[in-house]
Amino acid sequence: MSRTSRAVVLAAAAAALAACTSTAPVTGDAAGGGGPIAVTAGDDSCAVAGAEAPAGTITFSVRNTGSKVTEFYLYGTGDRIMGEVENIGPGLTRDLIVEVPDGGAYTTACKPGMVGDGIRAPFTVTGEATRSVDEDTRLAEATAGYHRWVASQIEALLPKTQEFVDAVQAGDIETAKALFPVSRTYWERIEPVAESFGDIDPKIDGREDDERDPGVEFTGYHRLEKDLWVDGLQPDSAAVGDRLMADLRDLQARVATVELTPVQLANGAKELLDEVATGKITGEEDRYSHTDLWDFKANVEGSQGAVAALRPVIDAKDPALGPVLDERFAAVEALLEEYRVGDGYRLYTELTEDDIRRMAASVDALGEPVSKVAGVVTS
Amino acid sequence: MNGGFSRRRLLGWAGAGAALAGTAAACSAPAPPVASGVVPFRGERQAGIVTPAQDRLHFVALDLTTGDREQVRRLLQEWTVAAERMTAGAETAPGGAVGGNPYAPPADTGEALGLPAASLTLTFGVGPGFFDKLGLDPALRPAGLAELPHFTGDQLDPGLSGGDLCIQACADDPQVAVHAVRNLVRIGFGTTSVRWSQLGFGRTSSTSTTQATPRNLFGFKDGTRNLKAEDGAELDRHVWVPPGDGPAWLAGGSYLVARRIRMHIEIWDRTSLDEQETIIGRTKGEGAPLGATGEFDPADFAAIGPDGEPRIPETAHIRLASAESLGGVRILRRGYNFVDGSDGQGHLEAGLFFVAFVRDPHAQFVPMQRALANEDVLMEYIEHTGSAVFACPPGLAQGEYWAHSLLAP
Repeated sequence: MSRTSRAVVLAAAAAALAACTSTAPVTGDAAGGGGPIAVTAGDDSCAVAGAEAPAGTITFSVRNTGSKVTEFYLYGTGDRIMGEVENIGPGLTRDLIVEVPDGGAYTTACKPGMVGDGIRAPFTVTGEATRSVDEDTRLAEATAGYHRWVASQIEALLPKTQEFVDAVQAGDIETAKALFPVSRTYWERIEPVAESFGDIDPKIDGREDDERDPGVEFTGYHRLEKDLWVDGLQPDSAAVGDRLMADLRDLQARVATVELTPVQLANGAKELLDEVATGKITGEEDRYSHTDLWDFKANVEGSQGAVAALRPVIDAKDPALGPVLDERFAAVEALLEEYRVGDGYRLYTELTEDDIRRMAASVDALGEPVSKVAGVVTS
Repeated sequence: MNGGFSRRRLLGWAGAGAALAGTAAACSAPAPPVASGVVPFRGERQAGIVTPAQDRLHFVALDLTTGDREQVRRLLQEWTVAAERMTAGAETAPGGAVGGNPYAPPADTGEALGLPAASLTLTFGVGPGFFDKLGLDPALRPAGLAELPHFTGDQLDPGLSGGDLCIQACADDPQVAVHAVRNLVRIGFGTTSVRWSQLGFGRTSSTSTTQATPRNLFGFKDGTRNLKAEDGAELDRHVWVPPGDGPAWLAGGSYLVARRIRMHIEIWDRTSLDEQETIIGRTKGEGAPLGATGEFDPADFAAIGPDGEPRIPETAHIRLASAESLGGVRILRRGYNFVDGSDGQGHLEAGLFFVAFVRDPHAQFVPMQRALANEDVLMEYIEHTGSAVFACPPGLAQGEYWAHSLLAP
């Protein structure tokens, strides 16, 4: 979490931008036609039963035939996430229903093990859905799309964190340690949204030395992290786990009704990179487990998610910015891949000063263009 | 040393322009171009070399983070626009600090709002890595950028050494110099990243006869015999790279040698005045060569004292560094004092950030430093902790950008 709550800033921005988001409805044409497109997702394959669909509502029915938990994405330009389903267990089938109003080139991807760029294939959308493409509509689509993405992250956050808490409560320390950075991934992607509810973030992601209101205990991920890596499980560790789950359910309920503005998306994208620069590159966030690079990656993905949602607006107003963002996001991702170990990353304590300097330079390089997004979408 | 100078040091920089003007008026030499506080950015030579040394420095060495020549060229164009504006006392872009979209971060960081140009000069150079990283024709890489040899006693920290390019910001006001570096660094993110940077306060050299000779942190006047702006033919011989000396793009430019020299000032302070003067070869008060009375009196290296030993010892700093001992070698020094806080062991992390401009580092700086490193008693009180060499292109004509002569398509 950041040291200061941004709730006030976000509220002010929301008020100022209300005029831009007054036309809320997304007028995607429901006539996708042709029924669901079957996707068969294996451990090494991603068979999409059709590489083309008309603009409008498109439904993918994703069946996981592999042995790993998988995800399925539909990406637009700049890896803008048009829609995704996460956390599809082996043998399960889940639907992705996605609004695609514009024809053009898209990309499908399965992510067995929920890591990496996934197994990708081109996907073409034909025609245009009926709608007006004025600026307000684009902005409304951006916030609606991002809202859907945040909701999908929380949908995965709850079961993944439940697995982690279950392991803590079963006293299975090794499993709990392995699940700790994985469960946090979903949290770290959407942290600015959670921070906009000022009181939730300190409970879920507070650190031991944060100043708290009287009577508020040190709870959440980092309390359990400390138990697992430093103190050993405590008499109240199980209760802290239940409390974490309750706080996450609270988050889910609040996110369902939150109103987001384009400026919040843009600032959220920037704040996630600020988090990387001040919390992850310094090794402060996960000071007991040293799994900071998992959070680093998740913050960058969260930033990319918000920027991608705004991409049509960015492309309309400053066509030069999008390609720079693509290039810089790709550079950070490529750099992080160098530190991948299996499904995870090298520990912070295993990094050299030179590693950290390279990471800082890549985040600085990305942070500057991302900081321009708010100005561009409000110009 | 005149009273105006020390008063400036004590009072900070509010009166710097007036004090400089006063110094200039008192002398009969040509008036320096700093009367208005604006040093011209464009001209035959880059500013910040023979233009009068300001009292504040922020020097930054950067590395390229891309091999894309076109991207680097675009950055140099952007840098040049911002640099020229800042040296004129303006923001990096019109309305940059507060005149833009309130939802966007300001284009200019704002800490120089309301401050004058403060004689800001921004001097640009390229280091050895610039050529390989951009895949430039090896023939374009000047021979003078070859690595410096290891000198006796060097304790170089890689984190304070080298760099693919450099920007030297000098000004009368430290905030103006820092603002310039900060904004240029920001514009460079994605193309360059900071390798190291150094703040300096208090110039340790004069580069014009209109300037009083300042003192370094050992308390001695430094740079009395420095090359100066008024030494026309000597500058051509020792500072400017002439056509035919190397690749054509560097003709009219110069090499910059930077050395971060840590001074063990606490040890020095326990040394007797007599020994201090013997080590340097000058009197501490007036700055006169030993055996003479005035600062600018010639040093008589042949004179023998009453004890039968040379009046200026064989190992005295001014003898070892003199043109007479080095076969005529001279350099233009433009260094600064620094104190980077303390070292954690109760001592000031203090020293001299040595900057020299030369026509050929290997023919000028190297023999001088080799002589000093091997024989100078002063070496017991100092250690070199950082080192870098850059090639500084010639000045900019209208429409040109930094390194135009190197990168123009």
